[in-house]
Amino acid sequence: MLKKVNSQTKKNSTNILMLKRRILKYSEAIREATFQSIKADKKVVLMGLGVDDPKGIFGTTLNIKNKFPNNVYDLPTAENTFTGISLGLAISGFKPIIVHQRVEFSLLSLEQIFNQIAKWFFMSGGKVPVPLVIRLIIGRGWGQGPQHSQSLESIFAHIPGLKVVCPSNAYDAKGMLLSAVNDLNPVIFFEHRWLHDTTSLVPKKNFKISLNKAKVIKKGHHITLISFSYAVIECLKASDFLKINKIYCEVIDLRSLRPIDFKVLVKSALKTKKVLIVDNGMIHYGISSEVMAGLLERLKKNIKVEVYRTGTINPVPSTKSLAKFCYPSAINILKLVSNILSKKIKINNHYFSEKNPDQPNPDFRGPF
Amino acid sequence: MKIKNKVLLNLFYKLMRIRNIELEVSKRYHEQKMRCPVHLSLGQESVPVAICENLKSEDEVVSAHRAHAHYLAKGGDLKKFISELYGKITGCAKGLGGSMHLIDTKVNFNAAVPIVGSTIPIGVGKAWANKLKKNNRVVIIFFGDGATEEGTFLESLDFSSLHNLKVLFVCENNSYSVYSHLYKRQSKKRSITNIAKACGVDALKFNNHDLINIFIKTKNIINQIKKKSRPFLIEIKTFRQVEHCGPSEDDNLNYRSKSEINFWKKNCQVEIYKKKILKIINKDKLLFFEKKIQKEINNAFYYAEKSKFPDKKEFNKYTYA
Repeated sequence: MLKKVNSQTKKNSTNILMLKRRILKYSEAIREATFQSIKADKKVVLMGLGVDDPKGIFGTTLNIKNKFPNNVYDLPTAENTFTGISLGLAISGFKPIIVHQRVEFSLLSLEQIFNQIAKWFFMSGGKVPVPLVIRLIIGRGWGQGPQHSQSLESIFAHIPGLKVVCPSNAYDAKGMLLSAVNDLNPVIFFEHRWLHDTTSLVPKKNFKISLNKAKVIKKGHHITLISFSYAVIECLKASDFLKINKIYCEVIDLRSLRPIDFKVLVKSALKTKKVLIVDNGMIHYGISSEVMAGLLERLKKNIKVEVYRTGTINPVPSTKSLAKFCYPSAINILKLVSNILSKKIKINNHYFSEKNPDQPNPDFRGPF
Repeated sequence: MKIKNKVLLNLFYKLMRIRNIELEVSKRYHEQKMRCPVHLSLGQESVPVAICENLKSEDEVVSAHRAHAHYLAKGGDLKKFISELYGKITGCAKGLGGSMHLIDTKVNFNAAVPIVGSTIPIGVGKAWANKLKKNNRVVIIFFGDGATEEGTFLESLDFSSLHNLKVLFVCENNSYSVYSHLYKRQSKKRSITNIAKACGVDALKFNNHDLINIFIKTKNIINQIKKKSRPFLIEIKTFRQVEHCGPSEDDNLNYRSKSEINFWKKNCQVEIYKKKILKIINKDKLLFFEKKIQKEINNAFYYAEKSKFPDKKEFNKYTYA
């Protein structure tokens, strides 16, 4: 009897704990941040192709129009024009959030983003800021192919005047979107499609996370893994397995790509002396290039730190058979770590179920 | 419709003022102190002068690469304008923009940029902001015939029509994109006003850039835009007197026909209206006005010359707000 009561109490306290520990999907966190932004400030306008449709941009904008009909607008298929229009709104007292279902569509609006939006504050001699968020969804797998699954973060991060962020989990996504909407500068907000269904603890309150801070998400001393966006997940998988092999990785999530928080990176590099940068996108002229260059510039000459990198090289194939060769997966990462540290690691193939490398999780059924 | 002498005189004064400012820029350009490309408005001044006379201070204007007359007609500060050409800290964009990035937030000239067609959607966005704020401002979007070839022109017309925005699209058609004549760039069957009409935007074509005609017609059009909350497009045939970019005439290059040049030279608005004005005022009075304008111009150039260049500290201040 006593035992039963105890177990009942335990169950109740677990429930209370569960209530406090509020778990949301990444997509729900984005939606909540958008909802709370509009609620707090009626100058926030959400716009994009299909923002009020029944699917609501993978759930991230679902039903917001019902609650705020004057703050949510579907747009014509005219990317450059509606981006210019959003700039017009931003310099007239509004805080627009634009959404593109894939980053590739935003390429049609680069003129407005690079020439106008990024430089408006500068061109106006510091008189007119542009508080604007452009949400760009990057894809992967399930046959998305060459024009629906590129990671083009570095192109945007190249442009002075833009801030570029790429949260890797629901908690960061909410806090960083709330910051982005309230920032005076244009913020390019990258969301990976494969992160939308991932979950983490997300407080209900309206909270902000800085747009310029990297985060050490796992402490270790053998090697530093620097990554961002979805590639962080693969790094974590690899580091969990390496831990079983008594190799302790320090995993750093960049979170912001412009600016890059080098302070955190340098500190970790000095500790581990070995760094592997896992790029979410293309290696050449990419984020990994910038991280590597910036890191080496900041290290004193007499300190030896080995820096390596990995990422994608070719255009992204549609077929499942080649998908596994395209992106750096957890297995690739731990093989690289094994080489760098010259330590043999027994890879348990069962641990890394790579049966369907074009799927974010077994429940994912497509089509996009 | 007859207009009062006072109104005519006022319009002429503004026309002559901008003409003489541009002539002074042209005259002094070789000094190498205005070190930025200039797309002079010489010959096309009547369009913005006539239209901006029908605007309130709160009404908004955006423009493109050939923006000097638009900026000045809207009431943009002359000293800040010349200083901007000189690259000085006292410039309207602190010398960071130059001739192609004019801005004067005080008079709602926000702003001009050189990429052809880019300010069309930005102006539409401003008009949408006005609608969301429920105010009665009109946005004037100045652009050239080249900009109508950009996809964003059509898309912006359509959006303004869809959302019933208070916009006046003003196409200053001088027939040339740099040296390329319309016949090389657009089908003979293409009509800019018909493109607007196909999007449900009412449109009117002016075959000449007559100061008073544009003034009278756009007064009515702007009233209608505000009353009905509907966009409108006007296309005005006009003439660029000097080269596309730079201070000099370039008809020695023979890219324009003699008949075309002669037609427009006879149509010079400053000359035509000077004759009419001399029926209202005597030569001495005209001379007085010319001297008054020259004094203002000299002061502005003096101010620009005496102003400081931005220092290195300024360079890092404006990348992020």
